[in-house]
Amino acid sequence: MRVWKVMRTMMKSKQQRQIFYIVPYGIWLLLFVVAPLILMLFQSFTTASGHFTFSNYAAYFGSGTYLRMTFNSVWYAFLITVITLVISYPTAYLLNQLKQKQFWLLLVILPTWINLLLKTYAFIGLLSKTGTVNNFISLWGIAPQQLLFSDWSFLLVAAYIEIPFMILPIFNSLAEIDSRLSQASHDLGANKWQTLRYVIFPLSMPGVKAGIQAVFIPSLSLFMITRLIGGNRVITLGTAIEEHFLVTQNWQIGSTIGVVLIAAMIATMLLTRDRTRKNLRK
Amino acid sequence: MHKKFRWSNLYLVFVFVLLYLPIFFLIIYSFNAGDVMQGWDGFSLKHYTELFVDTRILEIVVNTFLVALLSSLLASIIGTAGALYIYNQRHQLAKNIFLSLNNILLVSPDVIIGASFLILFTVVGFTLGFTSVLLSHIAFSIPIVVLMVLPRLQEMNPYLVTAAKDLGANNLQMLSRVVLPVISPGILAGFFMAFTYSLDDFAVTFFVTGNGFSTLSVEIYSRARQGVSLEINALSAMMFLVSLLLVLIYYFISNRSSKGKKRGGTNLVMPATEGL
Repeated sequence: MRVWKVMRTMMKSKQQRQIFYIVPYGIWLLLFVVAPLILMLFQSFTTASGHFTFSNYAAYFGSGTYLRMTFNSVWYAFLITVITLVISYPTAYLLNQLKQKQFWLLLVILPTWINLLLKTYAFIGLLSKTGTVNNFISLWGIAPQQLLFSDWSFLLVAAYIEIPFMILPIFNSLAEIDSRLSQASHDLGANKWQTLRYVIFPLSMPGVKAGIQAVFIPSLSLFMITRLIGGNRVITLGTAIEEHFLVTQNWQIGSTIGVVLIAAMIATMLLTRDRTRKNLRK
Repeated sequence: MHKKFRWSNLYLVFVFVLLYLPIFFLIIYSFNAGDVMQGWDGFSLKHYTELFVDTRILEIVVNTFLVALLSSLLASIIGTAGALYIYNQRHQLAKNIFLSLNNILLVSPDVIIGASFLILFTVVGFTLGFTSVLLSHIAFSIPIVVLMVLPRLQEMNPYLVTAAKDLGANNLQMLSRVVLPVISPGILAGFFMAFTYSLDDFAVTFFVTGNGFSTLSVEIYSRARQGVSLEINALSAMMFLVSLLLVLIYYFISNRSSKGKKRGGTNLVMPATEGL
């Protein structure tokens, strides 16, 4: 009997504890996670006067401008992802062979701790018409180019900012690979390139996928860089949302684009989901 | 063989130069006597003296650090409670649901977070300003605290809790004397991550800041749209030092707490792609 009583009080105290924990955390979940998303979805289905409608989606999918903008945004995000991947994979691979690799990795990560706006601002100085890059190329007699406010400058700055987020996951997955595997592959007669192609690269895919996820989704929603560096030439989904919410104040269409962006995000996550790893672990 | 090795090093040098060039470019030009980021008119500290008499910037710096400090403190408390709740949750399904909900704000693009919070504040009838920025910063910092605290809880010996109960500790005593000391490195790491999240944030703040209130990122954005001013360079040099300091503190904490374990310092974290 006494055992039961003790257990009952223990259960009760555990319940009390759980209630004590869930109150602040639950309020946060409801107010700042669930409610905003529902409100956004709700906005996308209403007119300015608050009636239910599909017209926002009809306007979005019926308009060539919106569709072209969406396609452009996805295309630029794709380009940014490819550029960062091409630069980051060799970097991660080579970093992994260094002796003090943790220190070098720290150096890769350090720039991410520096305010994003400041890094972008630096490029305004570097790329402007009388800026350092133009001065530098004029030494070889090349006339000053319009570097800022072009598609290339947008790609450059976006890729610059995203590179560490691609290097880190690839580095981690490369570091996890058992070094005996490449020795075995060497023993079986594979040359360095074959080992990389058939052993290392497939095993590092989880890191590549994680990196693509970490770069592609934010690239879809970039808006500050498009304004400061791209000079509004490049309009991403993020720019469009910002425009509709803060400039034209059309929240209904803004929310509709937001829902499209969330859908694109979920699609990206499903496409880059890591199935192989789970199977290996179990 | 030997030649190939040198080529690979050259590539790494190139990447590192690329990564650090813009940052050092900014810092070097903060000492320029001229007023633009080109040419070189000699060394001068005048932009620093400008910075320190610019009361608007100083006020914004204070605001930014106040928001960062308050939001990371409150996020640490709520996030720790959340981690404890998820840890104590026995149903695997409920646990997974809570974890997924927790991660929504971590993976959402900042534009979505900012826009949806703006809708929320407007629907509730909340005035935009300091409080709305603070609440938003608390909101997006909580999930990272949860993720930093949970592994510590999972590493904790569960018999510690049972033993404390056996010896007659009540809930509060058990929490403050047993559980919190064990997971404190995780809470501290979460606090620092939340702090840097808040300092770095631009997009969310930009949406919910309203007219009267500004943080550093928002101020730099509006100044940069008007053109180059070397005062911002001086500011960025100072911010670089602060970031460096934060990184050092963070690594000190995470290395000290993972001492004795085999893999010290491999749990490298960076601020997520904030502000994009």
